[in-house]
Parts: sequence; C-alpha cells; structure tokens
Amino acid sequence: MPRLNGPVGFRGGGFAPRDNAWASAATLLGLVALWQLAASAGLIKSVFLPPPFAIGAALWHLAISGELWKHLSASLVRLGIGWIVGTIFGIGMGLGVGLRSAFRSPAMAVVAALFPIPKIALVPLFIIWFGIGEGSKIVTLAFGVFFPTVIATAGGVDNVQRGLIRMGQSFGLSTWTIVRSIVLPGALPAILSGFRVTSSIAIVLLVAAEMIGAERGIGAFVLSAGNLYDTDNLLAGIVVLSLLGLAVAWAIGRLERLLLAWR
Amino acid sequence: MTGLRLSIEGVRHAYRDLTVLDGIDLIAEPGEVTVLVGPSGCGKSTLLGIAGGMLRPDAGAVTVSGDIAADCLNPLTYIFQDFALLPWRTVAGNIELVLGKCATPRERVAEVLALTGLTAFADAWPKQLSGGMRQRVGIARALAVRPACLLMDEPLSALDAQTRDLLLEEFSAIIARAQTTTIYVTHNLAEAVRLGQQIVVLSRRPGRVRDIVRIDRPLAGRGARDPDLLAIEESLWRMIRDDAATAERERIDAPA
Repeated sequence: MPRLNGPVGFRGGGFAPRDNAWASAATLLGLVALWQLAASAGLIKSVFLPPPFAIGAALWHLAISGELWKHLSASLVRLGIGWIVGTIFGIGMGLGVGLRSAFRSPAMAVVAALFPIPKIALVPLFIIWFGIGEGSKIVTLAFGVFFPTVIATAGGVDNVQRGLIRMGQSFGLSTWTIVRSIVLPGALPAILSGFRVTSSIAIVLLVAAEMIGAERGIGAFVLSAGNLYDTDNLLAGIVVLSLLGLAVAWAIGRLERLLLAWR
Repeated sequence: MTGLRLSIEGVRHAYRDLTVLDGIDLIAEPGEVTVLVGPSGCGKSTLLGIAGGMLRPDAGAVTVSGDIAADCLNPLTYIFQDFALLPWRTVAGNIELVLGKCATPRERVAEVLALTGLTAFADAWPKQLSGGMRQRVGIARALAVRPACLLMDEPLSALDAQTRDLLLEEFSAIIARAQTTTIYVTHNLAEAVRLGQQIVVLSRRPGRVRDIVRIDRPLAGRGARDPDLLAIEESLWRMIRDDAATAERERIDAPA
C-alpha cells in the first residue's frame, strides 16, 4: 500500500496577473531607444523607417507651423460626430433588441447581415450617396460604430438580472423608469466595453475615409506624406493617430471609473 | 385593523406541460400573517407571484379588498429572497427609487432607515453590506411604500443561521407593529411557526392546499424554544415529510 510521508507541497497561486504601469512605460521606452540606437548605428535606413528623433522633430515642426492642428482638428470633428451619431443610434437599437421581442429578431437579422461587411468597402458608395464632403466620412464612421454598439448594448441588456426588473415592476415603476434606472445602468459595463472597441474602429475608418477624397485630416496628411516619400511626416502622422487612440482609451477608462464606481 | 384581505380562488398554473398549482383556494385576512410551506417545487413562490400580480394564473383569480393608508404607494409589496438591490445605487438611493410618487421622499427614506437601524449606512453601496444588512435594506424599501400587504419570498433563506434568527425577530416585531397583511413563503418550519397565524401546507407538485394550521397567539410572545410551537413544527414536518422526500427524488427545476 502506498505511503505518504513529508510536507505538503504548495500548488496554488498564479492565474492572477497584475498591471504594472512602470513595466508598460519601460517597455515602450526601451523599444523606442532600441529603434533609435539601431538607426544611429546605420542598421535601419531612415528613408524606410526614420529614427524616433527625426519623427519627434517632424512633429515639432508640424505643431509650431499650425499644420498639425489644422489636420487634427478636422479629424477630431469627424471622429466626434461620427462616433456620437453611431453610438446614439446603436444604443437605441441595442435597447430595442434587448427589450422588445417584436424588434429583436428582425433587427438582429439586419445586424448579422451587415456587420461583417468591411465598412471601408462602402466608402465609395457613401461618396456617391452623400458626396465627397463631410457627409460620406461621418456616415462611414457612424456606420462602423453602429453595429458593435448594437451588439454590446443588446448583450448588456440581456445580462441585466431579470430579478431586478421584476423588482421594479413589483413596485409599480414605469417602463421608462425601469429602463432608465435599472436596464441602462445594468447594461452600462457592456456598453462601455463596447466603447473601447468602437473608438478603435472609428479611428481606423476615419483614416480610411480621409484617404479617399479629403484635403484635411490626419488620414489625408499621412497619404500625402506617403506620396511624397516624406517618411518623417508620414510616421509623425501615425504617431499622432497612436496618441489619439491612447487618449481615447484613457478617457474611456476615466469614464468607467466615474460611472462604474459601484463595482 | 388595517391591511388588505387577499382572496385566492381556484388558481391553477402550469409551466408548459408541468402543472405546479391546481385548485388553490386561500384567504389572507387583514393584518394576519399567512405562511406558505410545502416540499420543494410545490409552487409556493409561484403562488406568491400570482398573489402579487407578477404571474398570470392559467385559471382562477386573486382579489383584494379593504382600506389602504392614504400615503400607501404600492399596496402589494414584495420582499425578495435575493434582496433585489440595485448595486449601482446606494442604500438610500435604492429606497428612493421606489418613492417616485411620494411628495417627501427624503423624509421617508430617513424614517425607514431609522426604523431598520440603517441610518449610518445610507450612503453605502450594497456590495459593502453583509447579507443581513442587505435584507434590512430590502425591508426598509418595502416599508417605505407603506404596503397594505407584504409578500415575502423566502426572505431569510440566503442568510446564515445567526443572521436569520436575528432578522426573524425583527420581522416579527415589524409585522406585529404594522399589522400588515403578510404572505410569507418559507421551507423552514421553525420560521413558519414563529411568524405564522395561518400556516398553509401545500402538497407536492401539483401544489394543492393540503391543510391549514392556525396559531392564535400573538407574534410578540413566540420564542424559538416554545414547546407548543415546537410541537406544531413537528406535526407540520410529519405532514410534509413523505411529500418532501418524494419531491426530492422527482425534482425537476420548474422555470421561475
């Protein structure tokens, strides 16, 4: 018969990764330093990939000449309007899908059919419909934001505990009060997670739409720099887009902290 | 005597092909505590849902009659097993939510918080409270609407034994003071004899009224080790024991 004799070995722990902001910053700085060192040593040709200092210098010149703000402000306006329009309609339809049987199946059929279409492929169609101006760009963004918002909102509504809704009904709360005070706050974590996805999609579509027929905007600027083999400015534009993405993610994080303090 | 008289007549209810209640006739008299007991799956919670208008019976009807207080906001008010508190609202916010039609909601919140010993926790989030404290919030919320009839669905079953005993005493005192018609669902026979003035024993599924036991003693004088109550508890257990054992063997979870 087998015998056990000795201390019990530890076999728990792990599976609980923690964030470390210093490690994140150090990794990024380390990569940039490595990139600069490689460029300085002549290992990377600057015409193909300019070094970080050159990109920083290009950014600085763009900023002081006012060129950066001209393009950035145009992009931010499009991004803001397109994202807000897509989000408002997406949340509205998501609530309809989550709350109304009559609406659920027809709406989800439309979402399932249209969501997988690459929205960039629709840009020429939107230009035909809405013209080469701002309309087609904003519609492209709104369209791209709309579907993930519908899916996130409907999923969030589905996950609201039905017991809480029954509680509201049992106290005679109106349908509007139940939606406003129970359903929407209950679905909010999912909706805010959706914001992270839709903000990234919106930036991707923004650049794509601006590359097709725009004079102003970061996308147009990047395309123009690429056409001129001006890789310093091209990468400066890409850095701006990356910073824009980081700023949006930070803002959503703050919003989550503010609105989901109860968690 | 205040409170509503609630009559349940000929109620039948099925979840698809599964009949859970059949031919239920029952009257909850004004100001009296009616306790529903019976084996698992006999339809106690379903009957409570039908009594408060949260479920539509397949047959039969529930009627109420009697005067209600002028400041009553919700005559038939539930207290839930899982508390049903909104985690994104504070204690006071949870109570205020149901006071939409009240002219002075702040005052009423303060009043019920004081009544349930929660004044110091008005700004706490539900997640910061113990199970017992959360159920106190559930009680405070229910009392805030000045109910004419309280419908309690196993309100103590999610709590540990000590908290359950303490809250049971508080329930008893609150119900005795308010003289509100109460229907209380429990599977715990000790709770049933401590609170019930009319104990309705349901048979196993499909639930039918098997017996009604009356305890004509004031709630205030009922102790946990009262020999008379222990004897009633024992007789109730004898009544449902075989059904409970059979129900456990046959158990199929009916949809809620």
